[in-house]
Amino acid sequence: MTIPLSGKDVASKIEEKFPGSVVESSQDNLVVKGNFLLDAARFLRDTEGLDLDFLNFVTAVDYYDHFEVVYWLSSLEHNHSLTIKARCYDRENPVLPSVVGLWQGADLQEREIFDLFGIKFEDHPNMKRIFLWEGFAGHPLRKDFI
Amino acid sequence: MEIKPAGKYIYSDIELDREEGQVIEDLKANSQEPIPDPDRWLDEKLEQNILLTTVDALINWGRRSSLWTAICFPACCAFEMIAANGPRFDLARFGMEILRASPRQADLMITAGTLTWKMAPNVRRIYNQMAEPKWVIAMGACAISGGIFASAEYAVVPGYNRIIPVDVYVPGCPPRPEALIYGIQMLQQKIARRKNIDVRKLLER
Amino acid sequence: MAVRTEPFVLNMGPVHPSTHGVFRMRATLDGEVVIDIEPVFGYLHRGIEKLAEQRTYTGITPLTDRLDYISSMSNNLAYCLAVEKLAGIKVPERAEYIRVIMAELQRIAALLIAVGAFLNDCGAYFTPFLYMFRERERIVDLFEMVSGQRLTYNYMRAGGVSQDLPEEFMPALRKFMDMMPRFMDEYDRLLMQNEILIARAKGVGILTGEQAINCSVSGPVLRASGVNWDIRKADPYSIYDRFDFDIPTQATGDCYDRYRQRVEEMRQSLRIIRQAMEQLPSGPVRAELPQLIRPPTGEAYARIEAPKGELGFYLVSDNSIAPYRCHIRPPSLINLTALRDMVRGWKVADLIIIFGSIDITVGEIDR
Ligand code: SF4
Repeated sequence: MTIPLSGKDVASKIEEKFPGSVVESSQDNLVVKGNFLLDAARFLRDTEGLDLDFLNFVTAVDYYDHFEVVYWLSSLEHNHSLTIKARCYDRENPVLPSVVGLWQGADLQEREIFDLFGIKFEDHPNMKRIFLWEGFAGHPLRKDFI
Repeated sequence: MEIKPAGKYIYSDIELDREEGQVIEDLKANSQEPIPDPDRWLDEKLEQNILLTTVDALINWGRRSSLWTAICFPACCAFEMIAANGPRFDLARFGMEILRASPRQADLMITAGTLTWKMAPNVRRIYNQMAEPKWVIAMGACAISGGIFASAEYAVVPGYNRIIPVDVYVPGCPPRPEALIYGIQMLQQKIARRKNIDVRKLLER
Repeated sequence: MAVRTEPFVLNMGPVHPSTHGVFRMRATLDGEVVIDIEPVFGYLHRGIEKLAEQRTYTGITPLTDRLDYISSMSNNLAYCLAVEKLAGIKVPERAEYIRVIMAELQRIAALLIAVGAFLNDCGAYFTPFLYMFRERERIVDLFEMVSGQRLTYNYMRAGGVSQDLPEEFMPALRKFMDMMPRFMDEYDRLLMQNEILIARAKGVGILTGEQAINCSVSGPVLRASGVNWDIRKADPYSIYDRFDFDIPTQATGDCYDRYRQRVEEMRQSLRIIRQAMEQLPSGPVRAELPQLIRPPTGEAYARIEAPKGELGFYLVSDNSIAPYRCHIRPPSLINLTALRDMVRGWKVADLIIIFGSIDITVGEIDR
């Protein structure tokens, strides 16, 4: 059985390393600040005992006033999992750092989020539309897209 | 673990994508109305519709008994299409066991699956590449009207008849292979009534 | 003497007989050697995730059928598990067993097609495919008995399955179970030691375990690279912890291994079905539920081991009758991340079989 790690415990570990990086944490919830995302992600992947080396999926949710990007990580070795989230409040030009350098599996999924939500991932090598064509107006999975 | 930088790949130029996008947008703007059924054109010009010579009958027999299919299988219906080709339903009985990868060697297009606007220019091109005379069977609800995905208007074309003229519609989601075979038989009947040689023109000569 | 060469770009697809649907790649070639490829997606983007936000929880099941359309039952199962997790629904015992039987039959059917298509790509034009289709038809017959459909079954519901097995199902299944091992032996005889297959596929397109994990690859492709990871064992859903089966793995992670992996997984599936048939209890097949499910506010991710890899549904609920967000983790799309690293340096002909050995369905990639 895959054991979900407690968001609180992991949050305290991250907070210890990078003070001021955690926005919110509870048993099954862990939100980090966008500018600390890459550091936190590297920490989660490389720390002994966490070893979250498998990125199951990345997705985004539109909450009207902000976007929430969800990363579901798991470790094949210890068989545990963790969800971390990052928020962006800018609707016109939302930006987050890309995690492609850490988990290559994020490559196509981040492009997908860019296409359907319009969230830009910095340092992604090929930040282009993936499903829709260049010149398509709008981002279909936003809640205000008709 | 050593991870190679992601920048090592070759990426295509964004200009190329823009051009392709422009083609799609143009096609979308130009195909808001369905293309009428070719049958109706036949009705308007009556003389095209009457079979006169036995040569016609012979040509039509040849054409309808060796319909070769072009590959255009975007989505789920394709599997029923392949199943119809497969061992149980055996489409070879109708002289059409061959799926042609090249549209230039085909005279029937079975459009098995949802058509999206991004795909539409390619389907139009395949259709244009097929040699005359050519026919189209729209297979499945998606091919007829967009089906279950019709409300995702931003991506899905509501029916192939916006892009290419369709001869026979086979409903179902997906249609059973038997239904497809019935549709093919209808098309064969249609071909049998087609006039190929214009006698008046021959007499004038 | 070294010849000066220049790379050129070759466009493959979106309509191409060996791209398994409407998939397109831009390959940069040097002579016949692949320098790099760039996959281009989106020719079947049907907005399933958008449509799901406008439908009720029950109404989404037909949409999931059309994701990976050759394994509809697995998609149904993953989605229903997600809704059950979100709403805290308990499934009757008999329904659980029926679900396992269906999911495993579906796995066999989908893997048959994967193997057939792979051999087709290797150059055995259509003959193995027709063999595989012969057996798939028998499985489809079984599904037709329970759901009335041949491809898009829409059989499972949150809280069970739509209806009980008909009377004639069990005898038919038993007959199929007697036949199938013989067919599998037939394939083995024809193919396992086949010279051409070995020459074409052995050592081609190697994917190492580390690379596979880093690219989030899952399913048979991951296990063929030697990583022992199967969600049925690692994170047992439904009632998979009650069955006795093995997780086969291969050593090198080349195309031949991926092919072998699929064949061996079919045998394990047969084992599971046999046990499930023996233990099948009687009772209701569907939990008592209101017409419209209103799960409490929250989120849930449920995943299963689909024939192609980890298929998951991430649902966010706002306590209304439709999900606020429904994200699908598509195994085909994510497995393709590794394609670039696998094909670099191989010939164009190898590109086709490496691509075929990943086994994708475009409906699921583009959604
Ligand atoms: S009609 Fe149904 S089965 Fe056919 S392509 Fe459309 S959704 Fe798929």
